Amino acid sequence: MNSLRIAMLACSVLMAKSVLADTLDGASIARQGNGHGVAPCMACHAADGGGQAAAGFPRLAGLPQAYLRKQLDDFARGARVNVTMQPVASGLSDAERDAVAAYYSKLPVPKPAPVAEPSRNDAQLARSLATRGRWSDGLPACEQCHGPGGVGVGDHFPPLAGQSAVYLVNQLHAWQQGARRNDPLQLMQTVANKLSDADIAAIGAWYAAQPATLTKESQP
Amino acid sequence: MMRWRWIWLAAPLALAACHPAEQQGVSPASHAPAATSSAPHATNGFEPPPESSIPADEFGKQIALGRQIFTDTGHYAKAYVGNALNCANCHLDAGRLAHSAPMWGAYPMYPAYRSKNHHVNTFAERLQGCFQYSMNGKAPPLGDDVLVALEAYAYWMSKGEPIGVAPAGHGYPKLPRPTQAPDYVRGETVFKRDCALCHGDNGQGQRVAERTVFPPLWGAQSFNWGAGMERLDNAAGFIKANMPLGRGNTLTDQDAWDVAYYMNAHERPQDPRFKGSIAETRKAYHDTPDSLYGIAVNGKVLGQGVAVP
Repeated sequence: MNSLRIAMLACSVLMAKSVLADTLDGASIARQGNGHGVAPCMACHAADGGGQAAAGFPRLAGLPQAYLRKQLDDFARGARVNVTMQPVASGLSDAERDAVAAYYSKLPVPKPAPVAEPSRNDAQLARSLATRGRWSDGLPACEQCHGPGGVGVGDHFPPLAGQSAVYLVNQLHAWQQGARRNDPLQLMQTVANKLSDADIAAIGAWYAAQPATLTKESQP
Repeated sequence: MMRWRWIWLAAPLALAACHPAEQQGVSPASHAPAATSSAPHATNGFEPPPESSIPADEFGKQIALGRQIFTDTGHYAKAYVGNALNCANCHLDAGRLAHSAPMWGAYPMYPAYRSKNHHVNTFAERLQGCFQYSMNGKAPPLGDDVLVALEAYAYWMSKGEPIGVAPAGHGYPKLPRPTQAPDYVRGETVFKRDCALCHGDNGQGQRVAERTVFPPLWGAQSFNWGAGMERLDNAAGFIKANMPLGRGNTLTDQDAWDVAYYMNAHERPQDPRFKGSIAETRKAYHDTPDSLYGIAVNGKVLGQGVAVP
């Protein structure tokens, strides 16, 4: 009897575990990892999905699901090189990647911690690049693809507003250096190669300080 | 005929239009397939004054308003706009960019006789045409604030240019005729590969917060059959020089012609000069190999128009 009960208990634990995996609970992967060696996402991206701006861990909450899913695939295959994310993404199954992407895309955008405002000169430079571009170099404005206020557009153009400045700067350098080359149509590699270090620093600081959702009067 | 320019891909644009008929050549760079990155946007030609030089006075206010109309047309010229486009969608960099029908390429060329309407047009009348066709809306009356502001903006931008001399980089580049006749199936392949990412699988464009980010290329919210971008040569020239946004001059000429054909082989709002039948309208306004109006593509005669909500 006893041994039967133990066997049944063991069985139900095993079943529960496999149910857990099958239901693809994005939230539990985010909080506890996947039980197969992948660490909880929140360890770096924070419990609310807001990231850790100072460390350059980006906000995931509210990003497009298809975009998040693609990044996981690209980390795993090396089109986006990152020593932390490569093993994480590789350790997630196809279904787990879907679940995590779905989970974060639906999280509300948390209120970002206050960030240092860029200097007046930097703000002017960044605003100009964000809203006008620099067409003398063939450089479109950021918002021509990332949308008014940099709030993001569709599945392929993620939000810049309210994102970690360190993260934004790191990404622009990664595009320049080829560590990141998973952009559709090479749009970002082309753009990043037309930016100076000063441009990049200014843009990162400026977008980090912009509201993540569109305010009524964001000027064209 | 209409030579309006169009809207394509990018983002902002405006209405204006630009050049009247016959833009001449000035084709830029490459007729050869440039392999990769962007070729010369620069022309060594005219450089419009910086935005910061708009004067801080009453005249400057109109110039600044003209710029706002240009980039957010549906908001600042709402009464005259019937679609989701902005002037700056076809006239990139708020009408400043060479090879993208810049305002400084058009302003010094008016008044001009236009075969499109068989009389001498003022610049203001040319702007009216943009609203009727490219914006699928209504012509603002002459003297209307919208036209005054746009003309002030174009005038300011053209400071120092000779009058009556087409500057290098005006209009859209004239591409050599393609080796193979433009083709729907090849154009579809180009569209899916290089355009649909931003403009959508059905050319519908993308909006955020009621603002157009990527303009619709056909359908009810795009330019109508009377617009200049309906012409394959105009569309191919614009696309070649400017698309994908930020990567101009990377498509081959053949790709540009094919995808222009694909775009313009879709329905869009009727030509407002419709004469009762597609055949009559083609005869009157579209009698050129560069227009697909009235031509059967995939078994359907184009020029039916689409209902505009």
